[in-house]
Amino acid sequence: MNARILALHGGLLALLLVLHFVLPVYHHGNLARIMVLACYAIGYNLLFGYTGLLSLGHAMFFAAGMYGMGMPFHHLGLGAELAFLAGIGTAGALALVVGLLALRTLGVAFMIVTLMFSQAFYLMILLAARWTRGDEGLVLAGADRVLFGLDLTDPDIRYLLALGLFALCLSAALWLVRRPFGRVLVAIRENPERAELLGYDIFRHKLAAVVVSGMFSGAAGAAYGLMFGYVGASFAEVHFSIFPLLWVLLGGAGTVIGPFFGVLFMFYLIDISSGLTPAYMLIAGVALVLLTLFAPQGLAGEVRRRWLRWLP
Amino acid sequence: MEFGPHLMLAALEGAVTAAVLALMAAGLSLVFGVMRVVNVAHGEFYMLGAVLAFVVAGMAGGGAPGFVAALVAVPLIVAALAVAADRAVLRRLSYDPERTIVATIGILYILQQLALMGYGPDARPVAPPFNHRIALPWIDWGAGGPVLTWPWGLSITSYKLFVIGAAATVLAGLWLLMTRTRIGLVMRATQLDRETAQTFGIPVGRVYALVFGLGAGLAALAGVLIVPIQQAHYLMGGDALLLSFIVVIIGGLGSLPGTLIAAVLIGLSDGIISVFFSPTLAKIIATLLVALVLVFRPQGLMGKPAR
Repeated sequence: MNARILALHGGLLALLLVLHFVLPVYHHGNLARIMVLACYAIGYNLLFGYTGLLSLGHAMFFAAGMYGMGMPFHHLGLGAELAFLAGIGTAGALALVVGLLALRTLGVAFMIVTLMFSQAFYLMILLAARWTRGDEGLVLAGADRVLFGLDLTDPDIRYLLALGLFALCLSAALWLVRRPFGRVLVAIRENPERAELLGYDIFRHKLAAVVVSGMFSGAAGAAYGLMFGYVGASFAEVHFSIFPLLWVLLGGAGTVIGPFFGVLFMFYLIDISSGLTPAYMLIAGVALVLLTLFAPQGLAGEVRRRWLRWLP
Repeated sequence: MEFGPHLMLAALEGAVTAAVLALMAAGLSLVFGVMRVVNVAHGEFYMLGAVLAFVVAGMAGGGAPGFVAALVAVPLIVAALAVAADRAVLRRLSYDPERTIVATIGILYILQQLALMGYGPDARPVAPPFNHRIALPWIDWGAGGPVLTWPWGLSITSYKLFVIGAAATVLAGLWLLMTRTRIGLVMRATQLDRETAQTFGIPVGRVYALVFGLGAGLAALAGVLIVPIQQAHYLMGGDALLLSFIVVIIGGLGSLPGTLIAAVLIGLSDGIISVFFSPTLAKIIATLLVALVLVFRPQGLMGKPAR
């Protein structure tokens, strides 16, 4: 692998590790959340940024990871390690089914179909209120939240585990997009007819992209639920499908490092504005309109266009 | 109440839903048909219609004159707003389908949150201009043949009948506009082939702005009509958008008669299913049904397959 790519992404991870020791408590907690959400954004970007498929229903994969982890954890007393894997598995299985159906459509229809499936998934969580406790959600008992002997209620451990997960997702994404598989995804985004003519099975590549993207999202959802001890239906709402789109557009679609900065920027923008007004989603709306109008490439996309042509 | 009268009551409530839904979905379908873009902010134009109806009716002194003022002014205000949004945002995106969806999601949040800031989080009603309770008869099979009875609770208000009538009138007017007037001809020409229309001297940009405004105005009108029945709330756009999506997709994107049939179908079944089953279950079935229609029959029930 290219040295400067390694240096850039490794540098970001090293910086985050240093920040662990210097940040004040409030920002330390925020950054732990941001890193987990960045995994969600990275997963979304694999599908949207690299494959060119715009899903409006990724909240269902995030929530599938969260509930796939939380339900057996809460009701069956499954250990945190196995519950986490169960979350990823649930999200992957859901992504496979949704992908098989939704990928029969293209463009706008794909967006609406994913939106509808996600909405149905959200409503099912509400319908099964007997087990999911609907809007109220499940609070996971702190005493059980122990991963390989590490106490997840401790903020320091939480930060380091979030960093570990983020490092894993970042390097997996970097590895994936630089492999032939990732190149084919980009080829499909740029020109599906030509990719097909060259002999690639575009349906299977797209399906694989949906499943991988869903599993990243599910891992983020499961980790979020485990770390912060709450599993709620609000994570399956439409907002939560719009957020990754916003993060990726802001950070730079089709870049590995961009989604993290998108989450970071948006998180603090909303954090600051929600202190000023209850209508903080206004910021998200304005950001979406301005981004589509003036900077469809996003932050990292602009950096790549102007200075760093080699940015993966 | 017996099962029969209960069913009839559910169907009547469903007919009111269907009327409002048909107006809204006709707007969404028109925009999709002519401009080939999906307007995700359509539900917020409906919400704005309801919220502004409360504001305008209040300014005009309430009562019947206030409602009439709202009925006339609000759709025009919302249409003007939509035209401004079209000029400022959608035109600059050259109506690229995917980027338009993202931008209209942004507009959705902007409108919704501005309504939250200006109007507040409470749900507020507008008094209907008239509201007589009309009891309805039911035919029972007695010992000596059919007997007309008046079951308790089986009734509809005059205002609800007015909503159904008004929606039918406006939709008939829309159909006449599209099929019998010059401006309708221009719209249909633009729908068929944008480039050819442009070469024949049709100002496509202005037609798009007009269509976007007309679509938003129809949604706002639906919002004004529903406010005396349901209260105005800043989050009411979401469910309405989902239902109109369902209607437009089942009816076939861009087909007006299909939209109308689907609105009646969905409105009635929504009313009936919600009375007898859980409304959440009804919504799940409807959303999944729509997703599967899009997957397996993308042209909808009445639409023509894409060429």
